[in-house]
Amino acid sequence: MSSHAPVTTDPAPAQLLALRRRAWVLPLLAAALLASFALALALGSVPVSAAQLWRVFTGGDAGMAGEVVWSLRLPRALAAAACGGLLALAGALMQVLLRNPLADPYVLGISGGAAVGALLAMLVGVTSALLELSAFAGALAAMALVFGLAHAEGSRTPTRLLLTGVIVSAGCGAAVSFILAVASEQSLRGMLFWLMGDASTAVRPGIAAWTLLAGLVACAPLARDLNLLARGDATAQTLGVPVARLRLLIHLIASALTAVAVTTVGSVGFVGLVVPHLMRLAFGNDQRLLLPASALAGATLLLLADTAARTVIAPAQLPVGVLTALIGVPVFLFLLQRSR
Amino acid sequence: MSALPALLSARALDVGVAGRMLCAGLDVDIRAGEVLAIVGRNGIGKSTLLATLAGLRPPLAGTVQFDGRALAGWPARDLARRRALLQQAHDDHFASTVLDTVLVGRHPHIGRWADESEQDIRIALDALARVSLRSFGAREVRTLSGGERQRVAIAALLAQDAALCLLDEPVTHLDLDYQIETLELFAQLAHDEGRAVVMVLHDLNQVLRFCDRALLLTGAGQWRCGTVDEVLQADVLSHAFCHPLRELRDGGRRYFVPA
Repeated sequence: MSSHAPVTTDPAPAQLLALRRRAWVLPLLAAALLASFALALALGSVPVSAAQLWRVFTGGDAGMAGEVVWSLRLPRALAAAACGGLLALAGALMQVLLRNPLADPYVLGISGGAAVGALLAMLVGVTSALLELSAFAGALAAMALVFGLAHAEGSRTPTRLLLTGVIVSAGCGAAVSFILAVASEQSLRGMLFWLMGDASTAVRPGIAAWTLLAGLVACAPLARDLNLLARGDATAQTLGVPVARLRLLIHLIASALTAVAVTTVGSVGFVGLVVPHLMRLAFGNDQRLLLPASALAGATLLLLADTAARTVIAPAQLPVGVLTALIGVPVFLFLLQRSR
Repeated sequence: MSALPALLSARALDVGVAGRMLCAGLDVDIRAGEVLAIVGRNGIGKSTLLATLAGLRPPLAGTVQFDGRALAGWPARDLARRRALLQQAHDDHFASTVLDTVLVGRHPHIGRWADESEQDIRIALDALARVSLRSFGAREVRTLSGGERQRVAIAALLAQDAALCLLDEPVTHLDLDYQIETLELFAQLAHDEGRAVVMVLHDLNQVLRFCDRALLLTGAGQWRCGTVDEVLQADVLSHAFCHPLRELRDGGRRYFVPA
């Protein structure tokens, strides 16, 4: 290009490249997640020492500790971590889709739909797999409704999508209130726990974990396109991004991730909002890094929160959503204050 | 210059929005090595026409061909490597450094499974140097002034390295010296590097000084296209801009001032 003299004080392109890649972030976050797993497996009414934990995983005879870890703590820890990752990943995607750093996975009505489905199931007295199925169906129904309304005609603007989601959420909220009003005394507690988000009843952590992995794999080739989408539809389109198709795809992926998460642990709040926001503040808005970093950090946060939820007032348990909100609200207010 | 085949050619092109005809039956060729100005009043359809020529919105009727192939037939990425569009507004919804913002222009050149290379960084830094922002790479775009932000957008467009540059008001928000520098840069891109440049401009004297041809939109779908000297005449412009203009001469150059 032009014949300007190179300025020697500038960092070299190779250095800038290394700086932008931030190769240390993901290994660090992965290590933090592993440490949280160790903590989650060790803590509880039956303490498991590091040595016992080692024996459990190396196939040695760990006695009761092995039983506790394999059949109680590991499934629950896996569910909490996977759902934390799902919610944070979905939140990061929603924030790009709506080009709004304050969007969360629930903003498009998915948790509302899932809540209606789950509470209806509880109202008629079904449990376990049927309850999850009902919650998942509710999530899909809300997703289809928002999707159909917002993508119906030409104008697929983030604002229209957001408004549609907000209204569908409000409708679901009213339905939830109605169900709570007519529910019997003994089913109320279960319903409230579900609404606040609770990992103690998570029975199928594998589905959430595989979904998270699939979501990450699906997003990997789209990450650079998403960087452009975050800068505006027109910019992205000019630079060769198939905007309409990408928006559709991201809406579907984020909704599916959220649906699986709320089905597994209920409407755990703040993870999907705060984690991507925090990662963006710390490491920038490059989706190639932001998406996996959010998944890892979200997994760590929910895992730690769930560990606290079942240990701080043991033997009683708190719904994990209460803890994420307790952590999330001040963190978020702090971030908001700082960004002014 | 006219011996070169047209890079972009519109035939019988109708452009309109919401039932309003902005430009009817437009025939225009844009060749490598020339600068075409699009002029006309506010809201007359300059940006809409530019978006149509960029292939971002379908015309009501007629065809636009880029390098011999209809725009609709171009894969979006292939087209993005060869035609660039500078938008009027630059929304920064999320924080980003200046370097990252300029690197966006390299997107169509980087494969789906690849990342930016050292070469891409070098091109982005060169582009920043061309708009006199070489040392701004690490700055946060949202802390820039309007004029600086506009120059970052121009750098991103330069980094895209396209044969056809479509520019919507490239000198808005710019100080006078940068206005001249920017227009000189684009004239140089066309005349020395053989690119085709189309730009929406408001200052008629800048059109006279930097452009080879002009397309004047006069409303109700009417238009005039020709060399700058043919199209920019006091009587025609006075009518098109609804205000009498006087022509002054200084040396060999013509100037328009509002009467």
